[in-house]
Amino acid sequence: MSQHSIKPHSHRGEQDEHGSTGHDNTRNDHGSYRSYFTGFVLAVILTVLPFAIVMTGGFESRVITALTVIVFAVAQVLVHMVYFLHMNSRSDEGWTLLSMIFTVIVVVIMISGSLWVMYNMNTNMMPQMEHENFQGFGS
Amino acid sequence: MTTVSTVTHSSEPAVYWETEPHHHAEGGSTRLGFWIYLMSDCLMFAVLFAVFGVLGQSYAAGPGPKALFDLTLIAINTGFLLVSSITFGFAMLAMYEGRQARMQIWLAVTLLLGLAFLAVEIYEFHHLIELGAGPQRSAFLSAFFALVGTHGLHVLFGSIWLVTLMVQMNRKGLIPANTRRMECLSMFWHFLDVIWIGVFTFVYLLGMI
Repeated sequence: MSQHSIKPHSHRGEQDEHGSTGHDNTRNDHGSYRSYFTGFVLAVILTVLPFAIVMTGGFESRVITALTVIVFAVAQVLVHMVYFLHMNSRSDEGWTLLSMIFTVIVVVIMISGSLWVMYNMNTNMMPQMEHENFQGFGS
Repeated sequence: MTTVSTVTHSSEPAVYWETEPHHHAEGGSTRLGFWIYLMSDCLMFAVLFAVFGVLGQSYAAGPGPKALFDLTLIAINTGFLLVSSITFGFAMLAMYEGRQARMQIWLAVTLLLGLAFLAVEIYEFHHLIELGAGPQRSAFLSAFFALVGTHGLHVLFGSIWLVTLMVQMNRKGLIPANTRRMECLSMFWHFLDVIWIGVFTFVYLLGMI
């Protein structure tokens, strides 16, 4: 008995249930015309505003303009996830959401890490070149 | 399902053990598998974005974003892709309603919008290369062509997939396998639009500030 520690259980009842309805537990939201329209209108607003801000010259501070544009992008990604990709915590028993959270964490580490390391490389490894070599050209 | 009976003690009742993995309906895990593919694709784009972030200022005394990019063109292209997202959504809804003719029309509209996007992008790339701002000009342009070109290739392959699926739908109708393929292509198409949000924000808009 000791080498078999797993509990025996029946899966048959669940299978019958699935077979009779013709659906499985990975069924997801399809959305509706209304939800697609809502998502589309939100996405258009979140696209037009950053384009308008940048094409009319932006705010006085470049940093504020950049941050505003990035906030609009993040908001639009969320809109697409909810209204077009029908993301929720229930689809595929939460595995969809979980794999996306994992991916987002890896992406953030990868992008911020690359920028951080390469910024330090550029500022710390190149000073002689920039100051000594280029001063002679009158630049 | 095969079960093996094991009699542990002669006095206890027989116990049944599962010796095979659960059987699910065919294709039941396709959506999740395709989603995980999209996540790995997302990692690839993240690396290309990181490369662009690192090299995006290295103009090698060549032209920068302000001298090269035309935001009006990018706005039009963004519109094409955004509208194609909602028309694909309508095709999906028509499919779930079982209206195949209507679905085919929406798919055709989506395909035209995807091709329009590709045409504008090819025009833009051609224009840049004519100006002497090809991928070999500077690190900034290499990273730009790698990132935007990879996205364009995805749209191209998505369009080819769309054509093959339209033909399959015509021949075999709304069978479960075709429905599943449509669900995967739908995810792929919307995913490309999400990546494009990153491209127009970080490459074009931030470059023009």
